[in-house]
Amino acid sequence: MKIGIIIEREYLTRVKKRSFLIITFLAPIFFAALMFLPAILMTQSDKFEERRTIAVCDETTLFTNRLEETDANTFLYINKDIDEAKSLVKDGEYDAVLYIPATTLNVPTNAEIYSMKQLPMSLTSHIRSQMKQVVEREKLLASGIDPAIVKASATTINLQTIKMSDKDDGEQKSFGEFEFILGLALALVIYFVIFIFGSQVMRGVIEEKTNRIIEVIVSSVKPFELMMGKIIGIALVGLTQFLLWGVLTLVISGVASSFLPTQDVFSAGTVMTEQIAEAGINTTDDSTLTEVFEVINSINFKDILWCFLLYFIGGYFLYSAMFAAVGAAVDNETDTQQFVTPISLLLVIPMVCSSLIASAPDSSLAFWISMIPFTSPVGMMLRIPFGVPIWQVVLSVAILFITFIIFTWLASKVYRTGILMYGKKTSWKEIFKWIKY
Amino acid sequence: MNYLEINHVSKTYGTKKVLNDISIKVPEKSIFGLLGPNGAGKTTLIRILNQITMPDSGQVLLNGKPLCPSDIANIGYLPEERGLYKKMKVSEQAIYLAQLKGMDKKEADRRLRHWFMKFGIASWWDKKVEELSKGMQQKVQFIVTVIHEPKLLIFDEPFSGFDPINVNLLKNEILELRDKGATILFSTHNMASVEELCDNIMLINKGEKILEGSVYDIKQQYKNHSYDIVYKPNDGSGETHLTVNTTNPNELIQDIISKGELVSFNEILPSMNEIFINLVSSSNQQNQ
Repeated sequence: MKIGIIIEREYLTRVKKRSFLIITFLAPIFFAALMFLPAILMTQSDKFEERRTIAVCDETTLFTNRLEETDANTFLYINKDIDEAKSLVKDGEYDAVLYIPATTLNVPTNAEIYSMKQLPMSLTSHIRSQMKQVVEREKLLASGIDPAIVKASATTINLQTIKMSDKDDGEQKSFGEFEFILGLALALVIYFVIFIFGSQVMRGVIEEKTNRIIEVIVSSVKPFELMMGKIIGIALVGLTQFLLWGVLTLVISGVASSFLPTQDVFSAGTVMTEQIAEAGINTTDDSTLTEVFEVINSINFKDILWCFLLYFIGGYFLYSAMFAAVGAAVDNETDTQQFVTPISLLLVIPMVCSSLIASAPDSSLAFWISMIPFTSPVGMMLRIPFGVPIWQVVLSVAILFITFIIFTWLASKVYRTGILMYGKKTSWKEIFKWIKY
Repeated sequence: MNYLEINHVSKTYGTKKVLNDISIKVPEKSIFGLLGPNGAGKTTLIRILNQITMPDSGQVLLNGKPLCPSDIANIGYLPEERGLYKKMKVSEQAIYLAQLKGMDKKEADRRLRHWFMKFGIASWWDKKVEELSKGMQQKVQFIVTVIHEPKLLIFDEPFSGFDPINVNLLKNEILELRDKGATILFSTHNMASVEELCDNIMLINKGEKILEGSVYDIKQQYKNHSYDIVYKPNDGSGETHLTVNTTNPNELIQDIISKGELVSFNEILPSMNEIFINLVSSSNQQNQ
């Protein structure tokens, strides 16, 4: 089979390229870094921080022994003049001095902190929140209110949206925000891969045409075989890249998490909730972390993966057939703009409507965008995490695949004529004429 | 025995008749020159032979049988506009193109090594095409054209871009291929090489055949009976050159012998170049 030979060449020349290897191996490292760096930094941040002794020069005496210390920061309550304290900072006795000047009404709202070095944000915000608590408590007591009552009255409302289905066991908690983000991410990925690999097809066709190797090749194989060989070969490059990304991301995550004991990651989560609690927001028993895990567990990633692959293949074939026809119609890459712009607009439409679709995944706009074959790959990816009725997925995939067969056939006609045409600026009118040949 | 026969082939693009009832017969083991000015329809005819385009009417017979897709392996084609993948290694590329002609990978590799040795270019094996000069690329393309040992070879301007030494090398290769049994269709504007290589030619202009035959016959047909004479007159006044038109050369010779000593007597045959220019310009005038 000659098409096999063509697929092999198209595949191997691209996979052996240095840029392919670099992107394939660096992207997962980047992904893994994005996933783990925040957790690593959060758990390790204390170790990076220097220990500090902060002198508190409190003229109001309100805060004495009431500022909570942290691992890195020790407060030393001194009974000295502020100028004297400042000179001690200069001498290196203290790292900083917190100066709270006396006020007439005894509700201090101003303070100053002096130091030789830049102080971290975490320290200043810690001091601010500590002082705030103390002052608020004092104010409540002054009005005769027990601060414990205020604390007990703080509430957060946990509103759960539950999607009903015909099946008895089909009740599922739905978590809008996470699906929204996942849908956007999937849509963005499929948009980029269709565009990137589709334009690779176009560049490949232009290369053959400008190199003039095309005439030798079409004397050996049918133009249709060459076009399909190229499209399939590049599709395999894309699938190889996804596979390697998946495997490498898993491997790197595995390695990274073995360096980072899971305990730490969880404690990072609890630290976070504690901080939120400290900031005055009372959390219910469902901590945010467990909720996130619950959402992740409730999503059927296997189905999403299958849909992604189906829509990638369908969308990629549809668009790359059009890109191949464009490549055949022009003499060089600079002439492609007039043809590429309308094609990419088709692909951009669902991206433009993405927030509309993801915020109302069952609306008629979302339905039609996920049915029209030019927009369905991106449109359906936006809806998939929310759960789409299976008949809609089947119908949409069927429409997509039928359209790609028709378009491949039309594109092959343009391609067949175009690849042997040189020196003429091709117009849309001309392309329609070629289809009719 | 004619290896290639083209019978009444016509092709129209839109309203333009590119080929009008073209018929040729190319005997086995001969070199056939396909001549004509730019836009005469040569490339279209060659593309029909390569099954890149189909004729509207007429038939092409290869070895007595109508052309079919499996004949791709029997044809080697060196187009006028030719190129290679710039980023691919020379050897990989040549083997790829040979595979597309239906060759086995190992066999292609073996024969390619043979050709590389023969042309003294074995050191190019692992080079990328973009590292080669244009002339070097042309050599590779020539090898790619002949590597699958086709019975019919189609060369479109094979010598363009070659230096005189390589032109000579290529000419010898072409003659050797013919002697080994290949039938060669040769399209060029270089009339000197036509006279040197071609057994038969066809001249087309604007899709019409205007001349066909063997190079010898055509020259005889278009000669205008002029002779170039050099003789030493009896009066001792040195060598004298004469150009004379006559239908009776014997009488002319006798006349000259009576006047002095004949040094040389040559019939002036028209060059293919002259015939080409005269015929094409007169056919263009007729059309207007």
